[in-house]
Amino acid sequence: MELFTNQVLAGIATGAIYACMALAVVMIYQAIDHLNFAQGEMAMFSTFMSWQMMQWGVPYWGAFILTLALSFIGGIAIERLLFKPLAKAPVLTNVAGFIALYAIVNSVAGLIWDFTIKQYPTPFGSSPFLGSQLISTHQAGMIGITLLMLVLLFVFFRFTRVGLAMRAAASLPESARLVGINTSWMIALGWGMAAAIGSVAGMMIAPVVFLEPNMMLGVLIYGFAAAVLGGLTSPFGAVMGGFLVGIFENLVGTYIPGVGNELKLPIALALIITVLVVKPAGLFGRPIVKRV
Amino acid sequence: MTAMLNVRDLRAYYGQVQALHGLSFALNEGSLTTLLGANGAGKTTTLRAICNMVRSTGAIEFEGKPLSGRSTENVVRLGIAHVPQGRGTFTTMTVEENLQLGAITRTDKKNIVSDIERMYAHFPVLKERHTQQAGTLSGGEQQMLAVARALMLRPRLMLLDEPSFGLAPLIVRDLFKILGKINREDKVTILVVEQNAQLALELADQAYVIETGRIVMSGDAKDIATNEDVRKSYLGY
Repeated sequence: MELFTNQVLAGIATGAIYACMALAVVMIYQAIDHLNFAQGEMAMFSTFMSWQMMQWGVPYWGAFILTLALSFIGGIAIERLLFKPLAKAPVLTNVAGFIALYAIVNSVAGLIWDFTIKQYPTPFGSSPFLGSQLISTHQAGMIGITLLMLVLLFVFFRFTRVGLAMRAAASLPESARLVGINTSWMIALGWGMAAAIGSVAGMMIAPVVFLEPNMMLGVLIYGFAAAVLGGLTSPFGAVMGGFLVGIFENLVGTYIPGVGNELKLPIALALIITVLVVKPAGLFGRPIVKRV
Repeated sequence: MTAMLNVRDLRAYYGQVQALHGLSFALNEGSLTTLLGANGAGKTTTLRAICNMVRSTGAIEFEGKPLSGRSTENVVRLGIAHVPQGRGTFTTMTVEENLQLGAITRTDKKNIVSDIERMYAHFPVLKERHTQQAGTLSGGEQQMLAVARALMLRPRLMLLDEPSFGLAPLIVRDLFKILGKINREDKVTILVVEQNAQLALELADQAYVIETGRIVMSGDAKDIATNEDVRKSYLGY
């Protein structure tokens, strides 16, 4: 029983990271109807930036906040320079754009910081949380930061005018323009926020997976799995999907013999395919219906 | 009276297809004008061209300012509210959020709350349902919500695209009564596109008749309503 509780809690902790990635993916998907394959690489690059700042002597939380801000600006810049011109282009053109962005960010990070793995600090320490062997302080911190961020996002989207405008622009762009909303900038803002959310995921997972240019590949696939499971049209679903995938992954790795660490990733992929076949809209998503 | 909206030689295109062939008309400040015509005559395109939602050439001036080259949202910010065909309701949001969205560009935040109350006075059914998802409203209620949302902009000019579409005749009468009241009391200039010519002519003081992208008739709504030839050839009743 203790093993079970332990695995569930650890699953929730990594699930929090998947939830962040899934949320970032869903935010961009809602704005432009495309999956951002480069979301993980953007998060990785942000994490490297924070690491570099710490190397230069910036304290952890200073680097954390600065990285959030820089990622936000960077996300907006990527949208303005690369994806705004592609807004009316066919799907495949956009996919090519995302893959190019993935490859570029990955190589540039390797060029600047090379491909050797680096230690990344945790501000929470890694001792047992509240004297319990079930979960470490870093894992508890990961959950805490994610929950705090989710609450802030909820308040932003539910109670602020900009949040309302962003929701309107995502749900019905034409009507949004007709009430005077600059939908193009709302999309850019969505990119900025997705980049910032991704950077939090990167900085939280880096102490666990270590810092290197390919660190987010697996995390992003889990994030996609979470987004698909929860439903690409539902931010709430994406978050729930993240936690579910985290728990599922840990339990399968623990209890199904022969799975272990090597087979965890294929399980995420199998999950994506299964959900797409059985329930294409995801657990919380809305099926797309068109009036004819 | 000076013209509030001046449209000259408007031509609009959907890809290679030309939908408007040199349309010219003017709206006087404070007027309630209707644009009539059959299906496919170009009524909706005219409204969409004013808001720059379709590629067009020609000159459109609103209170002396040219509208060409402005994005849709910047046209709206000048005080032109557009209730589109199909109403454009944000169906997944609540009634109240829809009203707040109507006022999203306004900077006088403290007046927004009282304006929402004013809308509830115009349309009591919206107050009853203010926490409901807008998509759960009936067609008539959604049309009222669309008008209320447009009014939340405190527009100088309101464009309505077939507000009667799909509504029961009694509800249409109610709605048109409210539009008349808004026009008189709130001094909002209104341009309403309609297929229901009889009702629109009762409501409006000016009318234009459009056929295959051209204005073929204009004048006082009363004159057009009583002119039997016009009625038979263009309005079909």
